[in-house]
This record gives sequence, structure tokens and C-alpha cells, in this order.
Amino acid sequence: MSLSPENIQQVAHLARLELPADKVGPYAEQLSNILKLVGQLSGADTGGVAPMAHPLDMQQRLRPDAVTEPDRRDAFQTIAPEVDNGLYLVPKVIE
Amino acid sequence: MHTLSIKELSEGLRAKKFSSRELTAHYLKRIERHDAELNSFITVTAERALKQAEAADARLARGEGHALTAPLIGVPIAQKDIFCTLGVKTSCASRMLDNFIAPYDATIVQKLHLDAGMVMLGKCNMDEFAMGSSNETSFYGPVKNPWDTSRVPGGSSGGSVAAVAAGLAPIATATDTGGSIRQPAALTGLTGIKPTYGRVSRYGMIAFASSLDQAGVVARSAEDAAYVLQAMSGFDPLDSTSIERPVDDLVGGLDASIKGLKIGLPKEYFAEGLAPSSREKIDAAIATLKSLGAEFVEISLPNSPLSVPTYYVVAPAEASSNLARFDGVRYGHRAIGAKNLEELYKRSRGEGFGAEVQRRIMIGTYVLSHGYYDAYYLQAQKVRKLIYEDFKRAYESVDLILGPTATDVAFGLGSKTDDPVAMYLNDIYTIAANLAGIPAMSLNCGFVDGLPVGLQLMGNYFSEARLLNVAHQFQTATDFHKQMPKAYL
Amino acid sequence: MAYDSSTWEVVIGLEVHCQLLTKSKIFSGAATAYGAAPNTQADPVTLGFPGVLPVLNKTALEYAVKFGLAVDAKIAERSVFARKHYFYPDLPKGYQISQYELPIVYDGHLDIEVDGANGDKTIKRIGITRAHLEEDAGKSVHEGYVGQSGIDLNRAGTPLIEIVSEPDIRSAAEAVAYLKKLHQLVVYLGVCDGNMQEGSFRCDANVSVRKRGAREFGTRTETKNVNSFRYVEKAIEFEIERQIDVIESGGKVVQETRLFNPDSGETRAMRSKENANDYRYFPDPDLLPVVVTSADIERIRATMPELPEAKKARFIEQYKLPAYDAGVLTFDAALADYYEAVVATSKSDPKSCANWVITDLLGALNKLGKGIDASPVTAAMLAGLVMRIADKTISGKIAKDVFEAMLAGEGEADEIIKARGLVQITDESAIAAAIDDIIARNPQQVADYRGGKDKLFGFFVGQAMKATQGKANPEALNRLLKEKLAG
Repeated sequence: MSLSPENIQQVAHLARLELPADKVGPYAEQLSNILKLVGQLSGADTGGVAPMAHPLDMQQRLRPDAVTEPDRRDAFQTIAPEVDNGLYLVPKVIE
Repeated sequence: MHTLSIKELSEGLRAKKFSSRELTAHYLKRIERHDAELNSFITVTAERALKQAEAADARLARGEGHALTAPLIGVPIAQKDIFCTLGVKTSCASRMLDNFIAPYDATIVQKLHLDAGMVMLGKCNMDEFAMGSSNETSFYGPVKNPWDTSRVPGGSSGGSVAAVAAGLAPIATATDTGGSIRQPAALTGLTGIKPTYGRVSRYGMIAFASSLDQAGVVARSAEDAAYVLQAMSGFDPLDSTSIERPVDDLVGGLDASIKGLKIGLPKEYFAEGLAPSSREKIDAAIATLKSLGAEFVEISLPNSPLSVPTYYVVAPAEASSNLARFDGVRYGHRAIGAKNLEELYKRSRGEGFGAEVQRRIMIGTYVLSHGYYDAYYLQAQKVRKLIYEDFKRAYESVDLILGPTATDVAFGLGSKTDDPVAMYLNDIYTIAANLAGIPAMSLNCGFVDGLPVGLQLMGNYFSEARLLNVAHQFQTATDFHKQMPKAYL
Repeated sequence: MAYDSSTWEVVIGLEVHCQLLTKSKIFSGAATAYGAAPNTQADPVTLGFPGVLPVLNKTALEYAVKFGLAVDAKIAERSVFARKHYFYPDLPKGYQISQYELPIVYDGHLDIEVDGANGDKTIKRIGITRAHLEEDAGKSVHEGYVGQSGIDLNRAGTPLIEIVSEPDIRSAAEAVAYLKKLHQLVVYLGVCDGNMQEGSFRCDANVSVRKRGAREFGTRTETKNVNSFRYVEKAIEFEIERQIDVIESGGKVVQETRLFNPDSGETRAMRSKENANDYRYFPDPDLLPVVVTSADIERIRATMPELPEAKKARFIEQYKLPAYDAGVLTFDAALADYYEAVVATSKSDPKSCANWVITDLLGALNKLGKGIDASPVTAAMLAGLVMRIADKTISGKIAKDVFEAMLAGEGEADEIIKARGLVQITDESAIAAAIDDIIARNPQQVADYRGGKDKLFGFFVGQAMKATQGKANPEALNRLLKEKLAG
């Protein structure tokens, strides 16, 4: 499986990454090589094998429904790029 | 002072041979003297460290904390810059978080500093978002190997190992997603342990690949590692993947005999690809362990050749998802002058992430995307199961598994940066333990041309105490771990 | 309906997002209260800060199971949280934690009442494909900004169940009937406050049309976040007409997400990239499989309240109420509880209690714009009033005045009766004396009555009531008056 520069642009869009034009070609080549490496997986006989999402066979623990987090907005927003009246500001959201 | 073990530092502090402040100042001075060359720290928290040291001295003066239950009061440590530290920059070695002052502590930071009373010297350099095997992907520049500054220290915990190997910190935290504790420990002659997945809380540790990431330590000896890992481990209600199970007595188990211990040698780990010079050192280590009573048997982990391809699907997939939160809206790098939302995202992320992180985000995005999920991600999860079953089968007949940590000694800076696949193959021996979630460690077993060679021990789930015990017995019989690079004596 | 239903068949499936009534968020201990100042209920987990991790809220899980049991669904022994990826500023992590392949609830149903062929009502079963747990997103604020939006993440991380119906619904009216039934159910269960203005209960409508008899479904559109029953009806009707127009004029319906504009009553395609997404679902590695054992299910089942249909049947049986009364009284669990308290406390005729609750109380609350929970007349107060009618302390007519006084906050029935001297005169000698006095003062009318003018009886009743200030026991008054007038 090899990736064309167009494929790279599509994936970069999906991942919201702006790539400088001169990086697209090298990325296409490097990612194609990586896909060749992981392509070895297709040869593995995994018939009847259950996928393993997690290293441990455990189940989800449950948290009691209690409010434990105080309001720390001011502290959290001192590291925010742009805020106004407690809101995080972004370029206009179009629905 | 910087050649003393954690135990000796603890005893020295209690015997008032030196104060925590003196000890801390000593390390800060060494950092000042040597780190311009090594680049092992991103942030040195000198002022804060001295305050913590004074507080520790006050606690010790009041007689707080027993030597056995609170041995780490006043002992300095360096934190990998992947752990959130309240009020201190936590960058993950990325431009994306260059301005991120964490508003909370990671659980292990609380445990080590607030509970155990350790002193934080600073935050260690690393590969950006822990993605790398040479510590060359850091936004803050590469870290140098103290044994030969033209070579890499390994990665991603390159700053942690360089600092400890050069005696700029007695011990450091590290994290391991595919070998990021063990491989750099091997390349710098240290003892590094990645515990069982779920043994150490991941809360506040910036995620790379959530189902693989596990925190641990890099130290000058198994004994040192045991002291700090003991304090870091344990259940955390804030982490759903944390295990509710008491922590074994890691320090107390160090002196146990290893007579009759059955160690498996996976033939796949000794095949083509392992440098003969490294192989010699490992064979010598096997002989040493035999002389201590361990028994060896050849085993097979037939799916281990698939661990690198499996890892390079699972880890980037999870990473592409974990790193989606870095969007320039609530914290972190934000591109200036974006005209619309899409531009804000794309430019902030394009500028904020380095090339290796971008490559992995794209690979991960690709393997999860429509039409490719089954062929890549699902197939990788199935092969992961096969790899897990290899270990399960092996541990029915052996107690531990031994092999090399890396294919060779440290390589030259810049020698593999243009070829990601060659770089990825560095992790060929370490990745399987992460995929299975088992504990594993690396320790120094000798030198080739003055460069350390790493020996890897892998255990069954929750066998950290056993691993450290075997390593400690080996270190009792040898003195490789006591060597220090001459320039930093 | 404006379209020709003999030519066109409408196929509707609804996705309802129902906020669960928990104190804290689904994956963290931040509060979920509505209307707090922006971002004051956004903790590190809600904000998607680096390194923080989700832990599942036990109550949210139990509420989802409760809902599943109420719609006769299967409860997954093992369900899995997945990440659904898209970039949007109200989604802090760049992914929403939801359930994808293995939802907690699946394969249930809800029976609704629809208009039958002959104008009577029939029961129709609507399949519920699944209901899965997920986290809500935050909100964008546009007012007051030029070229920018403000992001408030208080709502982000609020637990939701998304209830997905089968495409069994065939008209806007059926859609509304289904939604109302679902709304009643979740409020009854206490898992949702049902407040549609605040967005606690929101609906996305998947609508398609096809020629009657066609086997394949037509292309569907999804209309998002329609936040009232009336809007749902309007949005679906608009969408049906629009799709038929498109097809009849030779076009093709495009599969897309649309937004309803309540002002114009129209829907429009969303401009955001919503329509070109690749969500890249995969199991969330920060969360483990959720296991619900049969013992857990039984424990939760034991906490289930009586559901509307069962309650209605019981009211008909136990209180001998007409179906209509039982239906009204059980529509809302709080009202049903109120009614039962009135009956139990007053130990009076259940039907008269029902009349008081339905006619007088609900009428008054309606006027006041208050719900049963905010009623100025409590169940105990109304019971006190009903008891005074039953024991003949006051008449039914006087009781209406006492009720008004209770509404106005003048106190309990007994206090008002005493303060206003409304106690019914049951002492027959007192009534007889009043009658004697009236007879003595109206000789002409007495003579006319006795001469055959029966209509004058009403005149004497009026006079006697006036003389007793309306407090005479009506039955005794009638009897005595008849006796005395007979001479």
C-alpha cells in the first residue's frame, strides 16, 4: 500500500494538520514505507482470534455520582489563548 | 554525593551527614555545570527544589516519617516532562505545550512529592510526546548520551536517562509505550523498569498510546528503582485502567535467592539483527545468572516478529486520537491570525507538532479511517492477542524471559532521523511487553567500546518484585551498574 | 397533512438525546446544573486537558439500564465505550466518548396510541433499536461577538442516552406521539428532567419518503436538535413536503444533516463539515468494558417506579375511575402521587377526589402556570377540604370558595372554614326556625305555592339560604321546607 501526495493531503485534512507544500512528498514516501512495514500484518493468520483492545482483562470501575470538582475557571483560563467573560473565543462557528 | 545510592542518600539524610538542601544544591550545581552539553532538562526548578528540600529537612528534623516507610523524604528526583506538575511548565517536549503551565499534578507527582517527600529537580527532556527512540524529536533539541556525546541516549526518555547516567539526578521518572524506558536505559547503562500495565497511575501523564503507556523509573541500580517504584505504584481511582491490588514489597524482595529460577530465552530474540558484540555480553550475563542458580531454557515467542508492525498500527491510532485535543482553543499553541476555525485547527496543529508526531498522527488517522479499520486496526488487535498468547504460553513453563533490550549500542546522532522505519526497528525487542502489558526491565550487562549494553528481563503480570530481585542479584555479583561516564565523575 | 398519502409513504426514525439527571458528569466530578456561569462547571476532564482520564458515573449507567428495562429492551452484559472523532470547538477532546458497536441497551420497544382506520385509537409498536450512553457537547455562543464565537463547556460531559428508534414511524403525528410517550417515560423513571427548553430532551429526525408499495427506503435526511414537540411536527412536515417536491420535480434527495429554523418553520442543510465526516470510531482505551450482571439488573429493577401504563390500569381497577380520569391522573408521576395522597388522607370517594384534582386543581394550576410540584394547595390541604365535604361540615358549593381561599394562601381548609364561619348548619331546629320566619314574612308566596305554583319552591330555598348565609345543609333544608310548606 503506498500513499500519494493527494492521499497525504486528505489524511492531513482529516487530522487537521497544515503541511508545508515541500513536506508532502517526503511524508508520502515515509508513510508509504511505514504502511509497507505494517502491511506484514495481513499475512498473519488471525482466523477465530478475538481482537485485544486492552492488555488487562478487567471491567470498568464505577465512580459514585458526586460533585467533587470545584469551580477553578480562573486558574484554567490563565493558560487559555483567548477568553472573554469566561468563554473561550474561537473564529466564528458556522453551523 | 552523586555516586551514592538512594538507600545511602536516605541514610545520609537521616544521619545528618548532609541536608536535603545541600544534596539538592549539589545536584543543581551539577545540572548547571553539565547540562548545557547534555540538554537533559527542559526546565530546572531550582528555587522550588530548594524550598521542597528545606521542607524535607524540617520534616526530618521533626522526626517525621520512618526510615523504612518513608525512605525518600528529601531525596531528589527528576521528572520526565510528560507528567503534569502543578504550576510548572509541562511541555511533553512539544512546541504545542511550550506555554502549558499545568494546573494540576499527575498522581505520581503527588505520590512522589506530596506523599513520599521527594524533591523535584526539574523536568526532563524527551522525544516529543514520547514519540521517538533517540530523543531527537524534542522541540528543545536532542539529548546527548553521556557516554559519548556524539551519540543518542535513546528515547523517548532520553533526558531522564542522560540526567541519571551523568549524575545530574540520583533517579528519574520515565514512561514506556514501546520501550521508552528500557531502550534508553540500555543505551546509557542504567536500570530501567516498566511495570505491569495498570500498576502505576496514568492520571496526569500526557497520553501517547493509552493502552500501552506505563510509567516507571530509570535508576542506577535495581535497588534504587525498587525504592522509587514502590512509592509510585498503587491504585488510583482517577484512572479506570489502574489496578486495585496491593503493591508487593519491592525493596524487601531484593535479597531473595534466585536459585532454581527458570528463565526462558526466546530464540526469536537471539536471531539475526542482534549485534554479535552485544550478544557476547548477554551470553556472559546468562553465565553469571547461571552461577547464581538460575536455570535457562530456550523458548519461542513465534509472533514476536509481528510486534513492530502491530505496534505501529495500535500506537499511532491511539495517538492520533489522544492528540486531537490539542487544537489551540483552551490551552497550548495557537496560530496567530487564523481567519476561520478550520485554519485555526490546521495551522495550530501544523505549527505545534513536529514531523515525527505529524507522521504518527497521519498513520493513526489513516488506519482508523473508513475502509481501512478492519485491515489495519482490527487485524493489529488480533495479532496483539496472538502476541499476548505467546507470553501466556511461555509463562506456563518459565518464570522470566531474558533477551537483549536493543539490537546494538547507542547509535550516532542524526544517523537514523531520515528513515522512520529504521528508527522504529530499534524497538524490536521491547514492544511486545507493552502489547501484552507485562512488566519488563533493562539493566547494564557490560560495555562494547566503552558503550553500555542492555539486558532485558520480562516477567509475568505483577512480577515487578521478582524482576527487581533478579536484577539486584545480578548487580550484587557484578559492577557494570556502578560505572559512570568519565566526564561526569 | 398536505401531501397525497395514497401516493407517498413517509418513513421516520427518531434519535432522542436525553440528558440523565445525575449530579455530576458522566466521566468526572464536575457539576451538571443548568444555567451556571460559563465554564464554571468545566473541570480538567471536561476541558480535555492533557493527561486526565475518564471514570464512569455509576448512576448514569444505572439510569441507562433503568430506561432499557422500561422499554423491555435487552441490557448488554458487556458494553464498550468508543471514541467518535471530529473537530469542533464544543467538543474539547476532538472526540466524543460514546458507544458504537456494543451499546448498553438494545432491542426494545414502545407502544403508542395512533389514529386507526375508522377514526378510533389503536396501539402501534415502535421498535427501539438501541440506547447508548455518551457525553454531551458544550455550546457555542454567538451573540455579542463579531466574527468570533464564545465556547461554554459547562454542558460538555453531561451524561446522555441516545435513544434510536427503528424506522417504524409513518407520520409527523406518530412521531410526536412517540416522543411524548418517551418523554413521559424518562421523566417518570426520574432519569431525565424532560426540560426541552433547556435541551434536556432533544430530538433528531431521520425522514425519508417513498412511493407507496416501494420496497427500498428513500434517501433520508437528518434534521438536528428540534427542541419542542410542535417543532418536531413542523420540521418533519416541512421535510416531507420538501422531499416530495424535490422528487416530483425530477430531483434527488441528498443524504445530509439539516437544521430546523423555528422562525421560518423550514429546514436547511448545515454548512459545517458535518456532512463529510469520517468518525474513526475505535474502542476508548482509557475505559474498560462495562459489565452489567443479572444481579445488577435485578437490583436496578427493584428500584423501578410503577410505569404509566401499569399505573393507569391500577387506577381504573383500584379507584374505579373512568379511563379518561385515570389517564389524566397518571400522565405525570407527581400528579398521580398527589392524587393517591388525597385519596389516602381523606379516605373519601376516589371519584370525587379525582374531580377535585382534575377539574379544580389542574384548572387552577394551569391558570397560575405552575406544575403540580409547585402547587400552593398541597395534597394534604386538598384532602382536608374533601373531608369537610364528606362529613357535611361544608357544602360542595362552599367548598369551591374554600379552595379559592386555599389557593390564595389563606391556610388550611379548617382554618378558612372557621375564620369565615362557613360551618354548615346541620342543626334542624335552627333551619326550621329560619323557615318559619320566612313563611311568616311571605304569606302571599306561601298561598300561591300552596295553590299550585310549584316553581316558587326555588324562591323559598333562595330565601332560606340567604337567611343562613348559604350554610344550611341543603338536604335538610329541602326536606324541612317541603314539610313546612305542605302545611
